[in-house]
Amino acid sequence: MPIIRSTADLTSGEAVANREAWGRMSADLRARRDAVAAGGSERARERHVARGKLLPRERVMRLLDPGSPFLELGSLAAYGMYEDAIHGAGIITGIGRVMGREVMIVCNDSTVKGGTYYPMTVKKHLRAQEVARENRLPCVYLVDSGGANLPHQTEVFPDRDHFGRIFYNQATMSAAGIPQIACVMGSCTAGGAYVPAMSDETVIVRGQGTIFLGGPPLVKAATGEVVSAEDLGGADVHTRQSGVADHYATGDDHALAIVRRIVGTLNTRKGMELDLAEPVEPLHAESELEAIVPTDLKRQYDSREVIARLVDGSEFDEFKRLYGTTLVTGFARIWGIPVGIVANNGILFSDSALKGAHFVELCCHRRIPLLFLQNISGFMVGRQYEAGGIAKDGAKLVTAVACAQVPKVTLLVGGSFGAGNYGMCGRAYQPRFLFAWPNSRISVMGGEQAASVLATVRREGLEAQGRDWSAEEEEAFRAPIRERYEAEGSPYYATARLWDDGIILPGETRRVLGLSFSAALNAPTPEQRFGVFRM
Amino acid sequence: MADLPPSVLVANRGEIACRIIRTAQRLGIRTIAVHSDADAGALFVEMADEAHRLGPAPAAESYLRIDRILEVAEATGAACVHPGYGFLSERAEFAEACAEAGIIFVGPPAAAIRAMGLKDAAKALVARAGVPVVPGYHGAEQDPEVLRQEANSVGYPVLIKAVAGGGGKGMRRVEREAEFLDALQGARREATAAFGDPRVLVEKYVLSPRHVEMQVFADAHGHVVHLFERDCSLQRRHQKVIEEAPAPGMSPETREAMGRAAIEAARAVGYVGAGTVEFIADGRDGLRPDRFWFMEMNTRLQVEHPVTEAITGLDLVELQFRVAAGGRLPFLQEDVRADGHAVEARLYAEDPAAGFLPSTGRLWALDLAEGNGVRIDSGVRAGDDVSPYYDPMIAKVIVHAGDRGAALDRLSQALSETVVAGPRTNVALLRRLADAEAFRRADFDTGFIERNLEQLGVAAAPLDASMVAAGAVHLVRRAQARLAAATSLRQGARPGPWRVTDGFQLVGASSRGLLVTADGETLELRVEFDAKGPRVAGASEDCTLVEAEEEVLVLRDGRQIRVALHDPFDVDLERLDQEGAVKAPMHGRVVAVFVEPGDLVEKGQRLAVVEAMKMEHTLVAPAPGEVIEVAVEVGAQVAEGARVVALKGVSDE
Repeated sequence: MPIIRSTADLTSGEAVANREAWGRMSADLRARRDAVAAGGSERARERHVARGKLLPRERVMRLLDPGSPFLELGSLAAYGMYEDAIHGAGIITGIGRVMGREVMIVCNDSTVKGGTYYPMTVKKHLRAQEVARENRLPCVYLVDSGGANLPHQTEVFPDRDHFGRIFYNQATMSAAGIPQIACVMGSCTAGGAYVPAMSDETVIVRGQGTIFLGGPPLVKAATGEVVSAEDLGGADVHTRQSGVADHYATGDDHALAIVRRIVGTLNTRKGMELDLAEPVEPLHAESELEAIVPTDLKRQYDSREVIARLVDGSEFDEFKRLYGTTLVTGFARIWGIPVGIVANNGILFSDSALKGAHFVELCCHRRIPLLFLQNISGFMVGRQYEAGGIAKDGAKLVTAVACAQVPKVTLLVGGSFGAGNYGMCGRAYQPRFLFAWPNSRISVMGGEQAASVLATVRREGLEAQGRDWSAEEEEAFRAPIRERYEAEGSPYYATARLWDDGIILPGETRRVLGLSFSAALNAPTPEQRFGVFRM
Repeated sequence: MADLPPSVLVANRGEIACRIIRTAQRLGIRTIAVHSDADAGALFVEMADEAHRLGPAPAAESYLRIDRILEVAEATGAACVHPGYGFLSERAEFAEACAEAGIIFVGPPAAAIRAMGLKDAAKALVARAGVPVVPGYHGAEQDPEVLRQEANSVGYPVLIKAVAGGGGKGMRRVEREAEFLDALQGARREATAAFGDPRVLVEKYVLSPRHVEMQVFADAHGHVVHLFERDCSLQRRHQKVIEEAPAPGMSPETREAMGRAAIEAARAVGYVGAGTVEFIADGRDGLRPDRFWFMEMNTRLQVEHPVTEAITGLDLVELQFRVAAGGRLPFLQEDVRADGHAVEARLYAEDPAAGFLPSTGRLWALDLAEGNGVRIDSGVRAGDDVSPYYDPMIAKVIVHAGDRGAALDRLSQALSETVVAGPRTNVALLRRLADAEAFRRADFDTGFIERNLEQLGVAAAPLDASMVAAGAVHLVRRAQARLAAATSLRQGARPGPWRVTDGFQLVGASSRGLLVTADGETLELRVEFDAKGPRVAGASEDCTLVEAEEEVLVLRDGRQIRVALHDPFDVDLERLDQEGAVKAPMHGRVVAVFVEPGDLVEKGQRLAVVEAMKMEHTLVAPAPGEVIEVAVEVGAQVAEGARVVALKGVSDE
């Protein structure tokens, strides 16, 4: 296959500046991750450990095969959303290897507000289940949670994608043959009791795990019965009498070992009917991305320079290179897995949209997974383009992307604006995974454009009333709009709300993509059908 | 008469059987091994031209069965029987039985064995032949005044010993005459209490005692020579640990006198074949011609004979065969020359830190530094078991060099290269002895080891964290390799991003706690993962790692730690919180059980006794409780760690 020959000057002043900017961005991301990694307050963690419990991250690590990768999802969820720091939304989710199999792990962090479910906690839990369902990953729930966060009950209880959906997912995933395993390592109260109860197999830790619909205070209030948590719903009750749990563990390590043994008996096998090859490192080092990619989105660069640093051997078999040049399409491999890449190289025109639709259709026919590298300010506008039918051409691309059944992974390497987000497989188009670089921005349009559009409307309104609008007044009108777009377009604003699965650095990207595509291969590709393409 | 017997039945096992077979095969003698069930796959069985079963593992039912051995000898037409050392080698009735069966016994006449077997009578016998014996009074007269007179004539210090004695009871060392009567009274009181017999004897107390022995050889034609001395002063509880030849500080005059005495002792009993005359010498001012005394004569080949072979260039087993076949010794006393210095160290499967308890089990690795002036006499190979039924010696490491210093250097080097994994060994102790400055200066006596246990590193040391860490890293790597192999089997061997065990993750560094058991102690370590693999801070880089089933044996400087991943499933859910198991500390035989289910026991109360290698180990209750199960019967064999008694109300810890 042809190799991308990089023409980037890695020693230019611009390259140095890029590296510096990325250095600051990386440090910022790492600081946020570190804060999250700690979990709850020191006092809460000490109390947790003093009870003989392992900290949640330690539980995850001891569940995994030693040295297994852990593809954590939504680690910065809820970041800055509530009055208190609800790190990671009080729950750790991600894919890791257990007994040689990729497994979705959902682990409550009871050091963060007792592991109670905030709205973002629910959303993160449901997202993990969605990833598990789409990729057919067995689910392991390491339960240690006080249940729904009562002050937020309206945002966590009643709606379709609220607390109840967790159990709906468990039932329907189990029905679909996706194993559901619960390990009760702490409280599991009220609705939470359904996590173990709805699981295929359940482990409970003596002296730690409790499962009950109503805790001792509620029981006392309701019936006057005084009973300890252990006697009400401890390991002995549930493994010897009720049968709510199946396996009795003497401690966290024992419990995790039992879960590992259960996963070892699932009789699952990763199919992988693809034409896989030996993985090869890119010819051009991944580390050079930080010199090549400007953090200022206004500066255009050749997306092939990014592709060259992500794909095996920097080999890229480009499709329709000379047509619709603002969209780069072609075939490559990541970690030996064949992928079709769709990368923005400027604004989308009709021809680039048609090229993209053609290429996506091609990949679907060949059952080749798709990677979207998004850096898009939108579709071209103007009379000529509307008349040329850019809307229907864009619709063709959106149709192709929406209907594509092959695994899709989207990476935001720059802007994600407007309809470009749709055509390039934004969150609504259900990519199996969606990650963003910290330089990315996401909004319906840029802050400046939004301010301009709104100012124009306003000016027209004022002028219709015969009123005057000074430049100062207009600027005072535009500034807060820009500021708001600036704040809300931030990738941290996005990731806190789980509009993506996490922010990653250029140096982590190849591995994350490899893990994502490989995890996706756990599920067979469904039959392909496309909707009507408007011609 | 033929020069050599055409065939030999080797009535022994282990290294000495191998040793005898080696010489026999070199001489073209057909070799017949006999073995117990425990030794069916042993090296000596494999080496011999043919091998026959004697009986079950216990020596009394196999290697001590004269009838069975002679049955095999007759059935196989063995021309002679070589008894080796130990077992039947000094049983006069065995020599007699051989003679009756018309089979040559490779050893002295039964009468000589018998004469030397009765220790006090033997002393009297050789004394009459002019051999010096430890001065003392062994007479029947027990009047205190008479005894005091005798003590005075022996010269102080003296030792008062109970006639019926043993175990140091009824024994008193007396420094001067004024203390004699008091000491006598005390010794008698103790003797009466312990043995019901107040009689005592008085002997000279030898200060700075050295154990020096003379190798003698006699043929049936009245020709007796000595093959120089060996010094076996490095002992522990009368077990020789390191032997050497010649003895340090031996003057030609003393050697001459001692050699003459040894030959006289042999002549006194009409000795034929290889024998050893043991002397106790007062080593305060070197070895002097008038300061050694006869102790006993061993009427067989000695364990430590190779040091004599090393300095004389002779093959003592060959000489034994020739003499047994009626041949003459092929040399005269003046032809025997000593060349250089030889030292032998006995490498034992024992745990010095645990009171030298035998440490049996599989030899997962055995690498003995043979060659370059190092001779190894061993009866085991890697993969063999060191059996609890017999002497747990693994090998004799024999070095030979130009002088004593060079020989000890060579020994130290050989021991440093020695790898034994599985049973614990005394290799570190041996090496420290070889290096011990006082020993190098020849400033030592038979109490040297006991006095210097601490300096010799015998005390139980805390677990070496760096070794445990090295073992843990190995176990994690192995766990990873096993998972990788299972995954390859399931879905092919193609590498993929999930198969890399570099601990890739987006939040924090990849690390986890890991529970391991190290020599039975449970520890938690922290393992970190990166592209170079698993890492534990402080892990030693220069350990030898030997896999032993689920464990890894971590070896460094003669120390061994058994490391295993903690098994969370090693818990009896049926009996959780209800019982504590009292387990066998080592492989052995249950010789007594003192409790039965339902008994209430106090902390420290004796529950049972397990015996291994003549050592009795008492199991006691770790805490008060009720006996809920006795898992063994008297006479049963128990494996190390096997549950012997279960108690309610105490935990496993």
